[in-house]
Amino acid sequence: MSDVVKPVLQVNGLTKVFDRRLACQDISFTLHRGEVLGIVGESGSGKSTLLKCLAGLMPPDAGNITLSLPDREECDLWRLEEAERERLLPTILAIIHQNARDGLRLDVSAGGNISEPLMTNGHRHYGTLRSVAMEWLKNVEIDPARVDDLPQTFSGGMQQRLQIARGLVTHPQLVLMDEPTGGLDVSVQAKLLDLLRRLVREFNLAVVIVTHDLGVARLLSDRLMVMQSGRVIETGLSDRVLEDPRQPYTQLLVSSVLQV
Amino acid sequence: MLDDLALNGEAEEYSYGFLDEQTKRMIRRAILKAVSIPGYQVPFGDREIPLPPGWGTGGIQVTASIIGKTDCLKVIDQGADDTTNAVSIRRFFARVARVNTTESTGEATIVQSRHRIPERPLQDDQILVMQVPQPEPLRRLVTSEVETRKLHAFARYGLMQVRLYEDIARYGNIVMSHDYPVRVHDRYLASPSPVPKFDNPKLHRSRALTIFGAGRERRIYAIPPFTDVRSIDFDDHPFERQKWQSCCARCGAEDSYLDEMLLDDAGNTQFVCSDTSYCNDRLSEGASR
Repeated sequence: MSDVVKPVLQVNGLTKVFDRRLACQDISFTLHRGEVLGIVGESGSGKSTLLKCLAGLMPPDAGNITLSLPDREECDLWRLEEAERERLLPTILAIIHQNARDGLRLDVSAGGNISEPLMTNGHRHYGTLRSVAMEWLKNVEIDPARVDDLPQTFSGGMQQRLQIARGLVTHPQLVLMDEPTGGLDVSVQAKLLDLLRRLVREFNLAVVIVTHDLGVARLLSDRLMVMQSGRVIETGLSDRVLEDPRQPYTQLLVSSVLQV
Repeated sequence: MLDDLALNGEAEEYSYGFLDEQTKRMIRRAILKAVSIPGYQVPFGDREIPLPPGWGTGGIQVTASIIGKTDCLKVIDQGADDTTNAVSIRRFFARVARVNTTESTGEATIVQSRHRIPERPLQDDQILVMQVPQPEPLRRLVTSEVETRKLHAFARYGLMQVRLYEDIARYGNIVMSHDYPVRVHDRYLASPSPVPKFDNPKLHRSRALTIFGAGRERRIYAIPPFTDVRSIDFDDHPFERQKWQSCCARCGAEDSYLDEMLLDDAGNTQFVCSDTSYCNDRLSEGASR
């Protein structure tokens, strides 16, 4: 077992303090390619803070985040020079925001939105950019004829799918999602989840998904991490955690899901 | 240049070129830095100038800081030497710096301009000073100065490309006709100030130093001589200059930027050179031939 595949992401003892209050406390986990890690927990439990640290938006106060990428050396995200980090992140990482409007440019057409990450990475051929954009619209089940429409003219679910297309167009290794299905109606949620599942398998993505919807967690994630007041209180395979919750808080969480 | 500025101990000679010596020193430092980092916007302390902001206060301060008694100044506004602003600025420097002024591009050592770069290629001993209203090429896309500085620092200019993409997607070609952003020395994205994109290629490997002064925005940037200046574009939609069907009605030039002039109430128009000095030179050359 010498050539064990290294996990894409290794988080070790990550801690973030806000004004002497611990937002994240000693969080460690690993994530491999093709794996989906769900993070569940009540609001204020540090899920989004953790995601921001992973996304390079907020430096942690302690601990390290190690990235192992196929074509470069292992590196610690927050020990890189800022310029290096800013150059690296857009090529390997995508963030899907809860609100599609945070992740899209509303005054730029759908095609422009999808092509922007490519142009940032130096692509300079209009024809290619456009065909890639149309292909991705098809990938996320939007009619490619709408490539020149503004995102404002799209429905909420379509905007979310557009955001996903924009995130995945650079073929990132790591995708961070913050409540990707929040604020969408149930049938749209179901379609979006199907789509996400397909894309994760197709592109062998490593995904961290923050949610407080246990249904989403069960459908999408292979493993679950339950957080409460900045700590990870329970981890395990999704089915195990949801069928056999061990911590009182997890039991509460699971039992509080409405049964229809 | 210091010799030019010899004060001769006379008090009224102190503020040669209108600005006081400390200010000129500060602006010269900014200019030196701007020349060392082509295309980088250097902040400077904007001083009050007897001219409304937006009329060329930045250009005036740059000119006032580099001008010496032996200089010969030409001022252009929209290509013409005889417009109000050009005449006023020329008179201003004739008075406060006691320099000769000219309307001919060839004779000038300093050319202060807005909206145009002279058609006649500038030479090694000439300096082009551009008046710039908005030095930040990304401003219309990103409103935050903190953001744009980071984008410049990391050379992340994908956003500008998005603007071109949108142009092509909507209109079939890049419709930006003036203030067309350029990459200077393959590094900084810079605004060539609101010159028509026709003038962009003149900046590429120009023999003259070009200094851009934005008074209201308090920025100075420069393109040193022989610097690569590339207008941004797509591989399959390359940068193109404007073209005209006709030639100049006065001098017959086919290679200059033309303005359309209304002739009568019937709506008849003709095209003439926007650069009056170039047009006059061609006419007098033709006459002498």
